[in-house]
Amino acid sequence: MTEHNADVVIIGGGIMGCAAAYYIAKRGASVLVLEKEDSIGSGGSSRNGGGVRQSGRDPRELPIAMHGIQHIWPTLAAELDVDVEYCQKGNLRLGKTAAQLKILESLTQKAVSCGLDVRMISGDEAREINPYLSREVMGASWCPTDGHANPLLATLGFYRKARQLGARFISGETVTAIEKIRGRACRVRGAQGVYAGGTIILAAGLGSRPLAWTVGLDVPLQPLLLETLVTEAVDTMFPQMLGTAAADFYGHQSVHHGSFVFGVTSGYEPYARPGLPRSSAGAAAAACRSILTYFPALEHIKIIRSWAGWIDDCADHVPVLSFTDEVPGLILACGFSGHGFGISPAVGRLLSEMALDGRPALDLSALRQSRFAAK
Amino acid sequence: MLQDRTKNTGGFSPAPDDGLIICRCEEITKGEIRRAIQDGLLTLTELRRFLRAGMGLCQGQTCGRLVKSILARELGVPPAALEPVVSRAPVRPVEMQVLARDQEIDHD
Repeated sequence: MTEHNADVVIIGGGIMGCAAAYYIAKRGASVLVLEKEDSIGSGGSSRNGGGVRQSGRDPRELPIAMHGIQHIWPTLAAELDVDVEYCQKGNLRLGKTAAQLKILESLTQKAVSCGLDVRMISGDEAREINPYLSREVMGASWCPTDGHANPLLATLGFYRKARQLGARFISGETVTAIEKIRGRACRVRGAQGVYAGGTIILAAGLGSRPLAWTVGLDVPLQPLLLETLVTEAVDTMFPQMLGTAAADFYGHQSVHHGSFVFGVTSGYEPYARPGLPRSSAGAAAAACRSILTYFPALEHIKIIRSWAGWIDDCADHVPVLSFTDEVPGLILACGFSGHGFGISPAVGRLLSEMALDGRPALDLSALRQSRFAAK
Repeated sequence: MLQDRTKNTGGFSPAPDDGLIICRCEEITKGEIRRAIQDGLLTLTELRRFLRAGMGLCQGQTCGRLVKSILARELGVPPAALEPVVSRAPVRPVEMQVLARDQEIDHD
């Protein structure tokens, strides 16, 4: 077995691992990323709807989202030298019934109390912002500083820049265990090598759980299916990120390209067939039916591709970003629960601070793994 | 397959046919593909995600083989050694209003 060494070893070559590797390499430390698939970013990083949102977020992770949107996303394309298709033109969360408007009002009140600029608007105001909305829309919540970006480009953009700065990436390597010496995590065992690191970051999506078990830790994650549709490229229609109180779809039109990306909800996400994530014709049809009630003008736009993926849904639907008392030297970064992409650049930077400075610049105590101790 | 991505693949050197359009749907040239490979995008899947080559209306039915041969040549491996990309439903483009009518029953 070959021995490898780095200041920081990251398990998982998704956007969290790639972003962390970028910020670590930028500060001059050595970093090694291990990815089990042949391609970088093959899990949730290339299988999400691209939302860069603050609205609708749990107050525990909202500060990370706001930090990223204020300080990182606006200049990310220039920093990575890749057009990540970031578009900050607001998020509309739509309601069609009085009950749905109540849901939106409660979400809005929570976000306002955290200092976010989000407000309720009428159906007509929503149609002024987005003239393609149907008359069925009675109202919406509106967060003007939300937006969307392209997760594939952002993931590979972080990878490409990190690699240019000297970060080392090994793909096709399945990690089987994290190992401790004198109580401290200091080594990662893979199928084809052993990798020693001053700090180990576990950012392996759903794969994080069995690896955490190898050092006696648990993170309560379970897979939830996510399905997405992509349309042909068409002329620019509207720039907002979209969601609905009914949670029947979400999506946006890619800026500069013109294709729509729509997340689909079947209602049976926790009961999906295990194994490779599969798209289902039924969910695609249901999504199109829903979408056309909000946006009738899209009826002739063609769906050209669909994909599915697994969400690493955490028991309380917010991530674990955490040192642990039990295993010094290890940082957990998993359980992003289907809304990790928007916060990924900020998380990458926070992980680099945890690994190199021993503490993140934002208070992450609400995201510690110890919150799952039996009560 | 284990791949240490630190290895230098030679660096980008311009070629006279770099302006050739390989993916007609997304208008991606041979030069863009070759440059991306030298930037560390080392699988067909990564090239597709990074450039959208093979992700347009025809879903790579036209350019798939061409992209594969370009990647194989840049990496110095036989094309058959490259992991193929995953094909995605639907097989041909379908209007949203057609998909939306899947539960309508034809009584004729």
